[in-house]
Amino acid sequence: MISSLVFVALLAAGITGFTLQVRRLRRGLALARPAGRHDRQSERWSTMTRVALGQGKMGPRPLAAAMHLIVYVGFVLINIEVLEIILDGILGTHRLFRAPLGGLYDGLMNFFEVLGFLVIVACVVFLVRRLRLGPKRLNHPDLTGWPQKDAVNILVIEIVLMSALLLMNAAEYQQLATGSQLAPWLISGLMLPLFGGWSASALSAFATSMWWLHFVGILAFLNYLPRSKHFHIILAFPNVWYSKLTPRGQIPAMESVTTEIKSMLDPSFVPDPNAVPPARFGAKDVHDLHFANLLNAYSCTECGRCTSECPANQTGKKLSPRRIMMATRDRVEEVLTGGQGADTRSLLDDWISREELWACTTCNACVEACPLNIDPMDIILQMRQYLVMEESAAPSTVNVAMGNIENNAAPWAYPQADRGNWIQQ
Amino acid sequence: MAELAARGETAEVLFWVGCAGSFDERAKKVTKAVAKLLNQAGVSFAVLGAEESCTGDPARRAGNEFLFQMQALQNIEILNGYSVQKIVAACPHCFNTLKNEYPQLGGTYEVFHHSQFIEQLLRDGRLRVEGGSFKGKRIVFHDPCYLGRANGEYEAPRNLLAQLDAEIHEMKRSKKNGLCCGAGGAQIFKEPEAGNAEIHHVRAEEALATGADIIAVGCPFCKLMLTDGVTHHGKEGQVQVLDIAEAIATANDL
Ligand code: SF4
Ligand code: SF4
Repeated sequence: MISSLVFVALLAAGITGFTLQVRRLRRGLALARPAGRHDRQSERWSTMTRVALGQGKMGPRPLAAAMHLIVYVGFVLINIEVLEIILDGILGTHRLFRAPLGGLYDGLMNFFEVLGFLVIVACVVFLVRRLRLGPKRLNHPDLTGWPQKDAVNILVIEIVLMSALLLMNAAEYQQLATGSQLAPWLISGLMLPLFGGWSASALSAFATSMWWLHFVGILAFLNYLPRSKHFHIILAFPNVWYSKLTPRGQIPAMESVTTEIKSMLDPSFVPDPNAVPPARFGAKDVHDLHFANLLNAYSCTECGRCTSECPANQTGKKLSPRRIMMATRDRVEEVLTGGQGADTRSLLDDWISREELWACTTCNACVEACPLNIDPMDIILQMRQYLVMEESAAPSTVNVAMGNIENNAAPWAYPQADRGNWIQQ
Repeated sequence: MAELAARGETAEVLFWVGCAGSFDERAKKVTKAVAKLLNQAGVSFAVLGAEESCTGDPARRAGNEFLFQMQALQNIEILNGYSVQKIVAACPHCFNTLKNEYPQLGGTYEVFHHSQFIEQLLRDGRLRVEGGSFKGKRIVFHDPCYLGRANGEYEAPRNLLAQLDAEIHEMKRSKKNGLCCGAGGAQIFKEPEAGNAEIHHVRAEEALATGADIIAVGCPFCKLMLTDGVTHHGKEGQVQVLDIAEAIATANDL
């Protein structure tokens, strides 16, 4: 009875905590202007199914993709068991589903155990890979400090959760079923020697504590998730849904600029009276970015596939598309927390330097590489628009080229009248 | 175009030459090669000549939306004035902007990259490629970002090169994973940021590592960047950087 009460209290606290975190996330996303991406819905659903559910862009690195798939499927399926845990916890029962499911229950448990074991293996490999052998992108200055710790925390939590489950099953079998007709389950069966010689009460206490560890672990994980890059297991879905579906090479046109130019060129032009001019051109801070940009930032897995393909980053420039996403997220969090000076700081300069912005070749490699269809280039371009259109702060050489376009209709200083000269040469 | 219009004639296609194609010596060779191929195929084409302006691509990618739209709206006015319907551009940046960005501003045309247009001429039997002169040569193709990743066209240039009777090789990173030459996003007009290497040197090295005799490109800016890259590695005597149009025109003795 008491344990039921404790259980319900913990469960309620865990769920409340998670809800509060999700609310905070929504407040963060609400800082953005609308993305205007509610068109082409059927294409959005199918993209989401292919890229998020179907892991469609993980292909280029097959080994990492396979292990990631195990952890992902394992995580989702094993959590079905949480249903039983919750009901057992509330009702004070033990393995509520065992009697009604009969043989199917054993089948499911065997399946979960094997999956759990594979998850542990994959997580250990991921840990070793990240901390020891790792590809450069996982051992990169972008990740110094918290991001690297976050990644390790997640892997360790997964390993602990899965181990608790297996150890609980083993201890319980050892206590109740040795010598009985019941066959042990596939993986916990192999762990029985660990418990040889334990007293029945020790086994029971151990199994119970593993059960609680697993349960509390899940709640802790749930509350850790929204603060972690690991939230992508949920956000990947809406994030991909909001993918850019217009051509990759297309930068959206700023309507306010069109209106201005049309009124300049054509005195009889009547601008749309309902159009609201933007507060500023381009993006200086997260408030100027659109919804999908901020959702991108929260969904980024910090995997660094973008950065490892980025030509600027590969040649030692400061620009790293992953860091653009991480900085955007950190800046949103800063605005939400509202600490000292948060409102005098901005994404530009305090989080992302001009040097980084000007190093981008707009090659789309980061966009292509991202398994979640995240678009770092979009943020870079909007920030350049702010620099050029609000501050006239382009590098001097770029200003020369733009001056030439304005005066000679070409980025070089040749007269427009000579454009056809090649015909005679 | 103005002359044609004055005579009341129309052309099958407008050849968009672009700024590099009009003014840069190395890119002008590409312009001439495209023009010769169009002539050989009997395509009636026109150019805007002094009425052509920069599409605005570098301005837009440098963040100057105002200048981009000034350029775009002026160009659209001229193009629509001549009722242009079909455009072939010998530059993937012009191609991308005309195809994907002008429609938002009222300029909708059927736009081809020159590799796509020439491929179509071959398919229609209007042009043939004499492969002989490239026999035994090793050619590697460098994907332009604005043709490949931005517009998903990887095959047209390769199909053309396949006509040359040469050995076609691929770089370690090609097609979707191709490395940029370093010119895009207005980079070619500015000094690079501090780093430990130049992008075009890295890309040229990758191309040279295939043992190619010819690095084929489909973009005037890639051509400039990779030519410099090849020179940087001291291979300017041995390895040529050629646009696919130049290669085909050479094969056809044009
Ligand atoms: S688009 Fe810019 S940030 Fe993205 S990979 Fe290319 S150079 Fe890097
Ligand atoms: S933007 Fe995409 S590719 Fe880059 S680190 Fe984030 S999830 Fe990975």
